[in-house]
Amino acid sequence: MFPSDIEFHVAPYISDFVKWITVAWEPFFTAFSNMVLGMLLQIEHILVAIPWWLWIIAVTVIAWRQTHEVVKTIMPGLLLFTVGIFGFWGIAMETLGIVIVSVIISLLLGIPLGIAMAVSDRCNTLVTPILDAMQTMPSFVYLIPALMLFGLGKVPGVVATVIYALPPVVRLTNLGIRQVSSSVQEAALAFGATSWQLMKEVRIPLAMPSILAGINQTTMMALAMVVIASMIGAGGLGEVVLICTNRIDVGGGFEAGWAIVVLAIVIDRLTQGLVRRWDTPGV
Amino acid sequence: MGMQDFNLLEVERLWKVYHKTEKALDLSDPVAIEKAEAAGAVIAVRDVSFKVKRGEVFVIMGLSGSGKSTLIRCLTRLIEPSTGVIRVKGKEVTSMDAEELTAFRRGEAAMVFQHYGLLPHRNVLENVAFGLKLRGLARELRESRAQEALRQVGLAGWEKKYPHQLSGGMQQRVGIARALVQDTDLLLMDEPFSGLDPLIRREMQDELIKLQKEWQKTIIFVTHDLGEALRLGDRMAVMGAGVFVQVGRPQEIVMNPADEYVQRFVQDEQRIAQLLDKGRVSRVRSIEAHASARAGR
Repeated sequence: MFPSDIEFHVAPYISDFVKWITVAWEPFFTAFSNMVLGMLLQIEHILVAIPWWLWIIAVTVIAWRQTHEVVKTIMPGLLLFTVGIFGFWGIAMETLGIVIVSVIISLLLGIPLGIAMAVSDRCNTLVTPILDAMQTMPSFVYLIPALMLFGLGKVPGVVATVIYALPPVVRLTNLGIRQVSSSVQEAALAFGATSWQLMKEVRIPLAMPSILAGINQTTMMALAMVVIASMIGAGGLGEVVLICTNRIDVGGGFEAGWAIVVLAIVIDRLTQGLVRRWDTPGV
Repeated sequence: MGMQDFNLLEVERLWKVYHKTEKALDLSDPVAIEKAEAAGAVIAVRDVSFKVKRGEVFVIMGLSGSGKSTLIRCLTRLIEPSTGVIRVKGKEVTSMDAEELTAFRRGEAAMVFQHYGLLPHRNVLENVAFGLKLRGLARELRESRAQEALRQVGLAGWEKKYPHQLSGGMQQRVGIARALVQDTDLLLMDEPFSGLDPLIRREMQDELIKLQKEWQKTIIFVTHDLGEALRLGDRMAVMGAGVFVQVGRPQEIVMNPADEYVQRFVQDEQRIAQLLDKGRVSRVRSIEAHASARAGR
């Protein structure tokens, strides 16, 4: 047995710290909360304002342009249709809104961070373990402090989702930039590229397929997390799942679960199509 | 000093040492160098000095690992030399700060690479215009100049293709056009034809000879192929283990190899020459053929 007399706990300190920061930084977190909420409501407003049939047409058209295959074109629209049939259209849009806001924030933070990690080895060694922690730390551990800081509702849901969904885009941006062929980079330098030009003209464009794969992964993770975030009142499809689970309503749970899967499939296909369109020929 | 005698490139006592003690190492002290080598230092370029006149084609030949690729990269400081002085048109490249060096690479020296180094996401025209874009030239101007360069290397009409749609030989033509459009006096070519099959290689060499007649550029040409060195070079240096083993006109080196290393390179050429003397071979690659090709320039 590990000797109990050298046991030491950081738990009280962390609890105290979170309590302190909740009080002392209250204005900051409230302002941040309001900003995110405003953004969220605006996007939700737009999503709901678009009529359901226009959504289905748009998804079908995009799918056709990306695949030019009959089955792959019809499927996404048809799947979306079932979401409406089950009566989840409005709730699904709510979920989509949180996913979109979370992904936007993740990309705004993640892509620059990935670039910084590609440029600086020190930054890379510093940030990598943090990303590992973000991916492996059970989400409930940070759901509670997020709740304390941002109050009940959608905003802590967004924060928790960003924490969970951020790592893939950071990692794949970093990896993509680091993997750009050194002979191409050398040629660019030989013709007098500055390090900024090298990044803008060579490294980022050639890393684009990898960065887009990261965006796709981040989006999928965000969708997965939004469901869990419903436990702290983020609403959306996850809430329906939660309620059905509590009532042991197996059929209702299946319907809501189905709607989540549909969203995932549709978003995945659309963003993967983006990756393929950007894919550099011959690389 | 007439134009003919003007040394466009001067390299004095250039060293490149790969070791953690690189900066601290006193390269004038043979004992210190020996110690560093024993501790694992790799000396890629060892006290190399040479001068290249304006309009001259100077070939650096050696086996892989002889330091020739490191040397040519040191000339534009793509690889930072340990010590030594490099002057291009009298300007000291080795003492330039980052900004001056960028300006030098944009305007004074253009490079052609063995692996082409083309941007896969840009079409042929954009690739050729890339250096001009880095300089900040307007699109129409850089594209019209790129178009002209493509015409010169025989790629007119291929502007909208992407590098992966082109054969190796054509990709290297793009590489040459990209260097050409920079309008520099100094052209650095690092084994530009080594990746090509023998027939295409021959064709590209002929074309380079033809184009050089027009351009009168100063070319530093790195190769491991003696035939190529003999065909293209006004003067050549045989490089081994980081040093210039022998420098001179190609014929002189074939006739009088300085040591066994050079001898190994040139023995095939000598044998062919002997056969020719005896009249047993009517038409083969030979020193005489090279000489006449060169006289015809």
